[in-house]
Amino acid sequence: MTAALNGQTLHRKNRRVAMMVLSVAAAMLALGYASVPLYRMFCEATGFGGTTQRVSEAQAATVRSVGKTISIRFDGNVDNTMPWKFRPEHTTDTVSIGARDMAVFIARNESAEPVTGTATFNVEPEQAGKYFNKIQCFCFTEQTLRPGQEVRMPVIYYVDPAILQDENARDIEQITLSYTLHRVKSEGS
Amino acid sequence: MATTADTFQAHDDAHHHDHDHDHKPSFFARWFMSTNHKDIGTLYLIFAIFAGVIGGGISGIMRAELAEPGIQILGWWANFLNGHDVSFDETLHLWNVLITAHGLIMVFFMVMPAVIGGFGNWFVPLMIGAPDMAFPRMNNISFWLTVAGFCSLLISSFMPGGTGQGAGTGWTVYAPLATSGSPGAAVDFAIFSLHLAGAASIMGAINFITTIFNMRAPGMTLHKMPLFVWSVLVTAFLLLLALPVLAAAITMLLTDRNFGTTFYDPAGGGDPVLYQHLFWFFGHPEVYIMILPAFGIISQIVSTFSKKPVFGYLGMAYAMVAIGVVGFIVWAHHMYTTGLDVNTKMYFTAATMVIAVPTGVKIFSWIATMWGGSVEFKSPMVWALGFIFLFTVGGVTGVVLSNGGVDDNLHDTYYVVAHFHYVLSLGAVTGLFAGFYYWFPKMSGRMHSELLAHIHFWIFFVGVNMVFFPQHFLGLQGMPRRYPDYADAFAHWNAVSSLGYQITAVSIGVWFINIIYAFTMGKKAEGNYWGEGATTLEWTLSSPPPFHQFETLPVIEDAGHH
Repeated sequence: MTAALNGQTLHRKNRRVAMMVLSVAAAMLALGYASVPLYRMFCEATGFGGTTQRVSEAQAATVRSVGKTISIRFDGNVDNTMPWKFRPEHTTDTVSIGARDMAVFIARNESAEPVTGTATFNVEPEQAGKYFNKIQCFCFTEQTLRPGQEVRMPVIYYVDPAILQDENARDIEQITLSYTLHRVKSEGS
Repeated sequence: MATTADTFQAHDDAHHHDHDHDHKPSFFARWFMSTNHKDIGTLYLIFAIFAGVIGGGISGIMRAELAEPGIQILGWWANFLNGHDVSFDETLHLWNVLITAHGLIMVFFMVMPAVIGGFGNWFVPLMIGAPDMAFPRMNNISFWLTVAGFCSLLISSFMPGGTGQGAGTGWTVYAPLATSGSPGAAVDFAIFSLHLAGAASIMGAINFITTIFNMRAPGMTLHKMPLFVWSVLVTAFLLLLALPVLAAAITMLLTDRNFGTTFYDPAGGGDPVLYQHLFWFFGHPEVYIMILPAFGIISQIVSTFSKKPVFGYLGMAYAMVAIGVVGFIVWAHHMYTTGLDVNTKMYFTAATMVIAVPTGVKIFSWIATMWGGSVEFKSPMVWALGFIFLFTVGGVTGVVLSNGGVDDNLHDTYYVVAHFHYVLSLGAVTGLFAGFYYWFPKMSGRMHSELLAHIHFWIFFVGVNMVFFPQHFLGLQGMPRRYPDYADAFAHWNAVSSLGYQITAVSIGVWFINIIYAFTMGKKAEGNYWGEGATTLEWTLSSPPPFHQFETLPVIEDAGHH
């Protein structure tokens, strides 16, 4: 085994190990970016962070009301760059668990130009997220309001009776549904 | 069981070259275009000392401001650094800039370069019997990228950062403070600095892994490697798995800031909490990146000065592996107050507490190594004992904080500050000084003064404990971190803490005097100046080792006893 040959073999071996190790680093970099959609999917699937659930009419039709009632509190906020007034019509509502209910939020464009808004939302306490089902919501789409225009925006929801089977959530007496309206960025302002 | 470092019998006769036969390049080529692992290690150590003095100086400004309630000296510094009189808000912004700079400098430009770049570069090839690192030129790039990263961070302090000059985001650079909250170039420069330091560390990790896997001397199996090499190997894997995630997270910050993406902006469907998850997925392994090489150094020292092989060698090696693995699944214990539900908190509490088991294995194995050994209290051993004590204190407060329920109360208080300074400032840095006194004569060829090293230790030990022990009381009483001012009720222990800083600063002065002493009056160091307990391969070489060592590879025989 001459030294030169040995050196060349070592060089090749080193390159191979370095390439494998580098690909591990690249995979972790990719995982960092992949975490963005993965995190969203995780929140939607588990209700993590108070993420509410979205259900179809057909799914909602299978749920029946149980006797117990729960208090729902509504909260409307706007981002500080958003020139809208935004508030719930009523701040609280008492509903039977399993029964569908409609809440109305009122939004008004206070600026002199049309503005498109989009809502972010969650519920408190956060463990109620996976039992809070929305059938219809203004937050599913973007809304554009003309200057001075005021709209009533509905959300139709129910609280899943399965909440009564969850030992972490069954003692919840009040759920707060909170929205924050943001100006849509692609608008270019 | 496999034999450990104590039984290496290298065939080293061929390596006692006369230094005059080394072909060293000219000064510029040697130090600026260096491809020699020992020279690059030296550069890293000098750089880390330089960055450490700046980072330590910043903590001096902070401790002086916190010496009594009210705002004292911060205004003067804000005017001085801005070059003109600034508003009160800008003065307070300087505080945020100082805590940010202190954290980033100490983590990325002091501890990591010293322990991985410095001691790792110097001693990993020597301890495994390799002539150099696998990729010497990439090693050089790693070093100079680190320097460039440091420059970028320093530049950021003189750029507009929103409220005032400099990046005032904390070392965590949380969104939205670091995105919409901090317009101006300062945060971009700080993020860029992390990119550069991160790229440097990833390249360093690739280099260490390749070197350790491919370039061990004949007979040096993985289970015979000295524990310091094991610690660097585990650290390199942690760097490799954690840093790319940080790179992704801060690149998304950068595009959120500059190119209109909304990864962390709810207005576009993003979530700022996602940044915290990504940051701490990196951030928790990062703290083990800082402490594991110190574990390795302490293992070498305790074994050397007990004149015994380390107790439970395999357990020690795999305890580090276990710490590294579990370190990746505990990140949310930094995020207990972000609204995790009870079950998630229970998991992260339990997983975090599990880390105390391999850590306990290490602490007790060090004690068991000393047990029945012929212990000699030379300066590195005294520092190592200090490390074991101080790290254990920090570890115990860590177990306290790992409780999700307790953390609700202690989160962002000085209790947390005391905890992580006990494991890092007192743990990792004490480990660094232990390694410094252990290997300084090997690196420089000159003996330091043992007396000064002991004086350095005792002043440092008193000083740092005075700085950080009272912070436990302050935290339990509810003093929040990250503010330049506090309620009068906290005055007493803050005054003690600031006095402790001055004592610590004196000890650093003693250290510098010791270095000057070594280079001017120090005795020439022999090859193995610590005697029979020092059995790893670096002790078979001269001090300093020849410019190129192990031209004939040493052969490690399996002594087969024990």
